[in-house]
Amino acid sequence: MKILVPVKRVIDYNVKPRVKADGSGVDLANVKMSMNPFDEIAVEEAIRLKEAGKAEEIIAVSIGPAKAQETLRTALAMGADRAILVETDDAVEPLAVAKILKAIAAEEEPGLVMLGKQAIDDDSNQTGQMLAALMGRPQGTFANTVEVDGDSVTVKREVDGGLQTVKLTLPAIVTTDLRLNEPRYASLPNIMKAKKKPLETKSPADYGVDTALRLTTTNVSEPPVRQAGEKVEDVDALVAKIKALGIA
Amino acid sequence: MKTLVWVEHDNASLADATLAAVTAAGKLGEVHLLVAGSGCRAVADQAAKIAGVGKVHIADDEAYANALAENVAPLVAQLMDHHDAFVAPATTTGKNIAPRVAALLDVMQISDILSVEGDKTFTRPIYAGNAIATVESSDPKLVITVRGTAFDKADADGGSAEIEEVSGPTDAGLSSFVSEEIAESDRPELTSAKVIVSGGRALKDSETFEQVITPLADKLGAGIGASRAAVDAGYVPNDYQVGQTGKIVAPEVYIAIGISGAIQHLAGMKDSKTIIAINKDEDAPIFQVADVGLVADLFKAVPELTEKL
Repeated sequence: MKILVPVKRVIDYNVKPRVKADGSGVDLANVKMSMNPFDEIAVEEAIRLKEAGKAEEIIAVSIGPAKAQETLRTALAMGADRAILVETDDAVEPLAVAKILKAIAAEEEPGLVMLGKQAIDDDSNQTGQMLAALMGRPQGTFANTVEVDGDSVTVKREVDGGLQTVKLTLPAIVTTDLRLNEPRYASLPNIMKAKKKPLETKSPADYGVDTALRLTTTNVSEPPVRQAGEKVEDVDALVAKIKALGIA
Repeated sequence: MKTLVWVEHDNASLADATLAAVTAAGKLGEVHLLVAGSGCRAVADQAAKIAGVGKVHIADDEAYANALAENVAPLVAQLMDHHDAFVAPATTTGKNIAPRVAALLDVMQISDILSVEGDKTFTRPIYAGNAIATVESSDPKLVITVRGTAFDKADADGGSAEIEEVSGPTDAGLSSFVSEEIAESDRPELTSAKVIVSGGRALKDSETFEQVITPLADKLGAGIGASRAAVDAGYVPNDYQVGQTGKIVAPEVYIAIGISGAIQHLAGMKDSKTIIAINKDEDAPIFQVADVGLVADLFKAVPELTEKL
């Protein structure tokens, strides 16, 4: 079985985003960029499935600018076998991403598509579900545990009330949540090896997908800023504050 | 505009998260509800009483019992022939189903809206709420998820909507429900609690978390939350997590104990009315958003606080 792992290049999760003064977006110039943390978890899970003998090949895919190559090299250094960059400088919405992934899946015929539940830049939480719909395949979103067994995958999902377990017929789409695993760091020798792994470059047009935006962002602004309040000296002062709020 | 709102439920009673979605939908036009489930008539009866609802569609089928997206999304897509917007609460159920519906309709979903600015214009948080985007859709139909804390809850009483039975595609044969581990608790649910006591990595382990946080929460009748670090370390289950990718909460009072205040955590709670922070590190970022801060060793301060309240 092949596993397709879409990865997105996003602002590093440790960086505090700054909104541009003209309201056109978030300033990404000279900002550290990394692989979306949820996608890292997806890469890790795919590698573990390969190590467990459940998968033979891992293909990482990224849709984005030329620099998304770096993100793909990270996936390759972690253990993916080859990569596909669908290069575009335009913003691509989840629906168009899902359409491109569907076309790639039609060529590669993966048993699993494993990807992050959301990207930490646009926080959409849509791509996996959309891909599953377009492919007419089942989805295991917000995965906490993934077990592949024959022609099915059992996914324990993190839901609002706790955990839910579903069984899906392969091929299936799985989106990862935080507790699924702890991604490995790529070792230096593996980073060197990754440079020699195949990386193919394509364009959205190669897959016949129109990436014209359906949503127009007319403004991006700072959220209301919360002012720091006061610090109290001791527990007694805190007790007084809490009582004043009328909750105790 | 005719909207179709996803009713969140467990086949027995309607979940609160639905009410904020009803309010958001009401800003767009006529509100119709969809109760999809199995043996869910009681939920439809409750739904019909919500103020401002024009009609309740009930789809009662074994295949809809656990709201599997593979089974319910085609049903919703079919009902969208007669509606202009599908509106779901941004719960894990809503987030699972809505994008699948959007793709079936070939429209771009607008996730987690904070406000309705016009027929097709909304605001939504991006970058963990560090920026607010105003977006306008050019699609013929809308698919929206609604952030529960951003809208008032519709009145659960006062309506008397007509209930209409509908049916659609049933079991897609792609997926099946296996089991569920849902925490049984008398505590208020995080997303609707008036007071939340939340613990972080500093709580050491699950026993200590329980010993320190629970008595204070009991005293205040509060819900219990946690930072990602505390959940990852296994102190508490995943459904406690407050943050960018966990639960978004906005209680009257949020008490953060031993939580440093990473931006991902702040994203989930910074709309709380009053934030109280107890942390031994006086430079912890949590103090930059806290209304009341106490720099102290939580293992001494919290038991003392609990006793004195």
